[in-house]
Amino acid sequence: MSTQTASKVPEGKPADWVPAGDLQEVVDPEWLMHEAPRTTEFITGSEAAREAIRRCNVDVAISYPITPQSETMQQAGYLYDEGHIKEYYRAEEEIGTMSAIAGASRAGVRSLTATSGPGLMRGLEAISSWPGARTPVVLLNMCRVINTPLAIQPDNIEISFLLNTGMLHAHGENQQDFYDYTLAAFMVSEEVDVTLPATVSVDGFFVTHARGHVSMTDPKYKLPPRDGWRSAVPAMDNENPPARISRDAPIQKSNFISYHMHASWQQEVFAAVRRSAKYWRKYLGDLIEVVNPGAKEMIIASGAAVSQARECVRQSEEKGIEVGLIKVKTIRPFPEEEILNAVQGAERIYVPEFNQAGWLHKEVCSTLYGKCKADIIAGPRVYGGMTMPTELLLDWMAEGRKDNPSYTF
Amino acid sequence: MSKDIKRYNVRMAGLGGQGVVTASHILSNGVIIDKGESSLVPFFGSEKRNAPVESYVRISNLPIYEIGEIIYPNVLMIFSEQVITLGKSYTNPFYTGLKQGGIILINANKPIPFSRDELREMEEMEAKLHYIPATVLANEIAKTELATNMAMCGAIAAVFGMPSMKSLEASVKDRFIGKGIVVSGGTAALDSVIERKFAKKAKLLEANMNTIKASYQYAIEQGWGHPDAVPCEDAPKLTEEIAAKYGLVLGAI
Repeated sequence: MSTQTASKVPEGKPADWVPAGDLQEVVDPEWLMHEAPRTTEFITGSEAAREAIRRCNVDVAISYPITPQSETMQQAGYLYDEGHIKEYYRAEEEIGTMSAIAGASRAGVRSLTATSGPGLMRGLEAISSWPGARTPVVLLNMCRVINTPLAIQPDNIEISFLLNTGMLHAHGENQQDFYDYTLAAFMVSEEVDVTLPATVSVDGFFVTHARGHVSMTDPKYKLPPRDGWRSAVPAMDNENPPARISRDAPIQKSNFISYHMHASWQQEVFAAVRRSAKYWRKYLGDLIEVVNPGAKEMIIASGAAVSQARECVRQSEEKGIEVGLIKVKTIRPFPEEEILNAVQGAERIYVPEFNQAGWLHKEVCSTLYGKCKADIIAGPRVYGGMTMPTELLLDWMAEGRKDNPSYTF
Repeated sequence: MSKDIKRYNVRMAGLGGQGVVTASHILSNGVIIDKGESSLVPFFGSEKRNAPVESYVRISNLPIYEIGEIIYPNVLMIFSEQVITLGKSYTNPFYTGLKQGGIILINANKPIPFSRDELREMEEMEAKLHYIPATVLANEIAKTELATNMAMCGAIAAVFGMPSMKSLEASVKDRFIGKGIVVSGGTAALDSVIERKFAKKAKLLEANMNTIKASYQYAIEQGWGHPDAVPCEDAPKLTEEIAAKYGLVLGAI
């Protein structure tokens, strides 16, 4: 499945004479995701991200450290040292990081950054400008509390701030997803009819600092490089920069641009988000995973909440109760059709979340409104960084089976 | 690994610098090497020497789905008395959330003078309370209290009947000699201290393994061992002389 053979170390030269990335073989991404032989290792989420980045043919990585992201980007530093990433530096802070990585992407190279909660908030002004600038960047986001009082624990409320930026967004459940989704995110974001940045979020610590089984392909294979000209908006020639650093001069010709132009530009961004679904499917299969389809009681979850829900399904099964589970892999595009089909037959739907706002519950409600008869229960939720014990979810479900459930845990 | 279904949800609590997180990696990886299922997550807060540390290990011979901290453990490993006596813990009282009939393993030389309420609550939980002089074993056998975590691992392996001594040794090797794991800056600094102390890593491994074996065998002799736990004949013994030196009150209550 090789599409480009690897370089070799010239005779008589030391082993690290050629950057390690050049010694990898470029292969077809679908083959890499679905067919290439894999071996399983028991590693942390940060290490899983490193192994994904190793295979992603990344040109430029820029980041600023923040817990719990730091460990991953420290690992990325080793990859830079080995020659798997061509350029890598630590920016001064996140507005700088997110602006600089956009510059790298505009120049047409494969670009990677990573952050967590408060860092994401700081970088958000620049991040919000990425989709409109049609810059394919992969942002690894290790979720962390953003609210005061200060905390470093996982709480994924920050995802709600990204929902309407026009970015693609996958939410990984575990270390395996962190590996797979990262590879997929690069390929999807660089498709011509997508050309958008993509976030891969995982819940900090529970995924990044915990070990899990990750099945991975041979590190000798890597994704094809980014072709900057194969893009909805051509790459910028940095040797001959335009007078204005802008993709589309008319848009920024004055402060009084055509409203229509701005509106249609935004429509196109959000249409591209929807178009990306077919590519996510190509790499990740369906955008949802369904356990026990047709069950009367369903759990809809993303991220770490899926793992707790799986244990809830298992323990319920031991008691002879069938509970269904819908794992939502991509938050943007939101898999509306799939969810709608999967909840037919459901009488009660629970949406457990690791945040106060209940952003997934709101997404589910607006998707199913008027199209599904099930009660959609707003919870359970934990926030501030604590985990969700399976016992909590089981208690809520037991309460739901009563005639007059109170849901006041 | 035994075919009977086992499911241990372990909450480890101790102080920064005691190697609580390292112990959880060694135990968890040992179970994986033993072909069991395991996952772990440390609690991250303001890590520093002597500050509270918690780490959580899930062990089973069936797939493990749950992640995150363990709120309702069935095993508690307390690496320092100060977790209890000074309340140096994220969880107070330390047994909060312990499931009925759970196991408590405390590193202490003699029973802790619990309040009547605490004793009553632990009795109501039917908790099995074990005291292990882990720091004494570390000091006497490895000649460094930095091996306290090894002693805790050894004792709990006997209580669980897994991982086997062979798998534990492979896990310790992985940690100190093999490919290793991603560690924090503080842990890396302690690693270099301990590496200097033992000129050769092989000696470090040997000292660690002797400590593990001694505490493992100690647990078996106290009658806490799982039926699957194979006695370790070549384990160094905790002599009466040592016991007298530290004023140890040995055994379970």
